[in-house]
Amino acid sequence: MRTNRRRSGFIALCVAPATILFFIFMILPTINVFRMSLFQRGAYSPTETFVGMGNFTALMKDTNFIRSMQNTILLVVVVTIITFALALIFANILTREKLVGQNFFRVVFYIPNILSVVVISGIFSAIYKPENGMLNSIIGLFRDMTNPILWKGESLVMVSLIIAMVWQAIGYYMVMYMASMAAVPNSLYESSALDGAGRWTQFFQITLPLIWTNIRTTLTFFIISTINMAFLFVKAMTSGGPNGASEVALSYMYGQKDAGLYGYSMAIGVVIFLFSFLLSALVNKVTKREPLEF
Amino acid sequence: MEIVKKQTSGDRLYRIFIYLVLSLLAISIIVPVAWVFLASVKENSEFYGNPWTLPAGFHWQNFVDAWNKASMGSYMLNSVIVTALALAILLVVALPAAYCLSRFRFRFRKFLNLCFMGGLFINVNYIVVPIFLMLRDGDTWLKNTFGGSFLLNNIVVLAIVYAATALPFTIYLLSGYFATLPHDFEEAAYIDGAGYGKTMTKIIFPMAQPSIITIILFNFLSFWNEYIISLTLLSSANGPRTLPVGLLNLMQAQQSAAQYGIMYAGLVMVMLPTLILYICVQKKLTQGMTVGGLKG
Repeated sequence: MRTNRRRSGFIALCVAPATILFFIFMILPTINVFRMSLFQRGAYSPTETFVGMGNFTALMKDTNFIRSMQNTILLVVVVTIITFALALIFANILTREKLVGQNFFRVVFYIPNILSVVVISGIFSAIYKPENGMLNSIIGLFRDMTNPILWKGESLVMVSLIIAMVWQAIGYYMVMYMASMAAVPNSLYESSALDGAGRWTQFFQITLPLIWTNIRTTLTFFIISTINMAFLFVKAMTSGGPNGASEVALSYMYGQKDAGLYGYSMAIGVVIFLFSFLLSALVNKVTKREPLEF
Repeated sequence: MEIVKKQTSGDRLYRIFIYLVLSLLAISIIVPVAWVFLASVKENSEFYGNPWTLPAGFHWQNFVDAWNKASMGSYMLNSVIVTALALAILLVVALPAAYCLSRFRFRFRKFLNLCFMGGLFINVNYIVVPIFLMLRDGDTWLKNTFGGSFLLNNIVVLAIVYAATALPFTIYLLSGYFATLPHDFEEAAYIDGAGYGKTMTKIIFPMAQPSIITIILFNFLSFWNEYIISLTLLSSANGPRTLPVGLLNLMQAQQSAAQYGIMYAGLVMVMLPTLILYICVQKKLTQGMTVGGLKG
């Protein structure tokens, strides 16, 4: 009996601090997102008035919010497709082909992942600068630059964001897929080569099906993280500008918080929460396949 | 048996193409990063001409100015304290919790595991506003009852928030490792008369060293680079700041003041520690990632 009590005491002592911290700083705020979305709260007084679905009905009429959701969806779709396609192809090349400097490429491609988004946006400001920026000075070799390309202008800002986000994410996923592709036994490729399968056939018929489980889980996490990364990039690179052209859902939420509209801001938070859950559930369902063993 | 492949001309073309594409991507990463390093020692007047000229000399004054005038020195100190403190809190809290959650059977265990797993899907940036409001309300209450407040604009509180929000991923990763260890280790230790606490700290934790190092690496990078929570919780104009937020301010100020040199010096200050760490532990980091599976 004594040892049993000591055992429970030990477990409680070990688990309690983590549980308390987790509850205060993650569970409680998450509940609060949902609760506060039903209230209106002034900027400087903690008094709250219940408005029910009022915040949400206002949200549906807010064209700025709708645009920010459209931008979020655009970024999630395009960045995910480009990043995954390139990461898978590069990973496949680096594991399948015998190349000189394989390790060098691997080390270099991972660098963007260890840099702060603030640093990356600083680097891309230098790249995108209209006058004597890196990109425009290279393009200037081929065409006249009397009116320079405005990479952060209203029409191109989303493209610029997409480039920066793909640049940041690609190495991480490549390294991850290289590890799982290296686990696929070589004999499969050898025998399929004897049967006359080319590189592309091997890639689609052997590599992809065998690492599908890995792709599927990373895809789900990638979608959630892209919603978040879009915010980090927008906040540091463009602040949502020019004229809200690059605003994404989370940056709009943050902007409403700065304006003191806490209830409204949290209603946006709820929409993003539900959106990301639905999207990852959808992706999970669409990508479901029978797992293959090797 | 070795299969001898004939090098056809199409094959050679394909290889050249691959090298071209891979090199292009590598260049697109190396050149901008190297460019920033070179720009950090350029004088302000050098920024108005061709961006590809090498610096005329080593203008170290940029770093001195960033360190003193732009307070990047004190921000650096704050960042070091916050990162170290957050890592310490995280390890002290997460290690025992992960150990118990993965190796003891008790009531609520399933429920707690489920909660922490669910926490993997809660992104910190979704909940930063309620965290901010909670701390601000706490401050108001403290001010009214005790006449002083300490929750916002406090780097210790920031470190606690960092540690707390890193818990789900860390516990998930550690539990995965602890679950693979055979139970014989503990049984042998109990027979030798070691208590629960001693068994955990003296037998199990040393074995988990590789996972612990992985955790320290990943969380170091995320704490050091984080800027949204820091921006929100350290919002007072004269209060403390962390390095990335200081850099963000520097970048915004640069748009009007056009002090490019200082800005790039600040950029180097933020990324140099992570780059040095990366060069030292490059193998471990890319391996550890596959052990841990995922991180968003």
